[in-house]
Amino acid sequence: MKILTRIVALLAPLAGAPNALAHAFLDHAVPAVGSTVHGSPAEVRLQFTQELEPAFSTLRVLDANGRQVDRGDKKMDSRDATVLRVSLQRLAPGTYRVVWRVLSVDTHVTEGDFTFEVTQ
Amino acid sequence: MNRQAVVACLGGAALLAGHAGQVSAHGFAGKRFFPATLATDDPFVADELSLPTVSKRKTAASGDQPATMETSTSVDFSKRITSNLGIGVGASYLHLQPDGGDTQKGFDNLAASVKYRFYQSDEHETILSAGADFDIGGTGAKSVGAESFSTITPTVFFGKGFGDLSEGVNYLRPFAVTGTVGVAMPTRSSTTTLDDAGNAAIEQHPDVLNIGFAVEYSLPYLQSFVKDVGLDAPFSRMIPIVEFSLQKPIDRGGGPTTGTINPGIIWAGRYTQFGLEAIIPANSATGGKTGVLFQIHLFLDDIFPRMIGRPLIVDRP
Repeated sequence: MKILTRIVALLAPLAGAPNALAHAFLDHAVPAVGSTVHGSPAEVRLQFTQELEPAFSTLRVLDANGRQVDRGDKKMDSRDATVLRVSLQRLAPGTYRVVWRVLSVDTHVTEGDFTFEVTQ
Repeated sequence: MNRQAVVACLGGAALLAGHAGQVSAHGFAGKRFFPATLATDDPFVADELSLPTVSKRKTAASGDQPATMETSTSVDFSKRITSNLGIGVGASYLHLQPDGGDTQKGFDNLAASVKYRFYQSDEHETILSAGADFDIGGTGAKSVGAESFSTITPTVFFGKGFGDLSEGVNYLRPFAVTGTVGVAMPTRSSTTTLDDAGNAAIEQHPDVLNIGFAVEYSLPYLQSFVKDVGLDAPFSRMIPIVEFSLQKPIDRGGGPTTGTINPGIIWAGRYTQFGLEAIIPANSATGGKTGVLFQIHLFLDDIFPRMIGRPLIVDRP
């Protein structure tokens, strides 16, 4: 048991080391995943668990017909390299899909999508 | 070449290969992350290290064998040769405490494995692999029951996430299953031993059908792709899981089906995951008492992405 305790103590820092090199997971989003928002949001903002390489990271917002409704100005947050954002056209009520694919700084690719709903 | 240029080249290659479905690292099929399972093998070819896996359970008395408290401490290492082909080695140290008997300690036989991923659908979060495990006879201690013969287990592995279900059943989409089907084939069909009086006793070694599967519900998947229900750390990284590990002898006199059901929880972080499961006997033939299984699992492709954590032979994009 002493050996096990030592192994756990040795490896524990690996569980959550800051600024680590690893796959980038979506930490949270605005609008939130699966949420309903009142009125058209100005932008979509995604925060990941790792710093991203902006040149190889994409973020698009599509309407129910698959038409792109973001302004195509995807960019990193100037103060936080884990945040990707894109501004939106004025959205009519409906369901929208956010599609992302990002490259973390150690070249691991992750991808995902989610929906949010806009009401009057 | 400066850092930006290196990252640009690597990034471009990774993205191109990613479109070809060739750079899925540990446990990913599309957006689905499958954790490494504890009691059963998962279908992924990966660079990973389980250090340690510890199990403790009291087995039932059987014949002239008393009930025994078994503690096993294992290490398993897997290495990608290419992005689809991997090998592994494993060793277990056993500590056996039979009721009323002397404690026995020693290593079980060394294990080796090879696995090839032949199908993956990112869209349908599906993966299929085939491989074989080799229990190398004569490499362990006889005092802990290590066999003098080898056992080869050809195995098919599968994994399926249910993220492709319709949004009408949104809360089922975080479910996933992984599993294995294999037949353990001993290289010796029987062993004959002589007692003190010179009487021969024959122990049969049947082929055994091994079926293992895991049902898991990914809270990270729920949070990131279905519905942000407001979970914070550590719950947002937890994956409740139930594993089933069953063994059915299929020839040479065989015996009843035995196995365990392991409900538990896995927490997956950036570099590592921690797993804790109960080990519950699946039926009366299995016998014994409920035990416990614990594992620390390291994602070497994340810890050492440019060294030991990458395939020995990198595919061309």
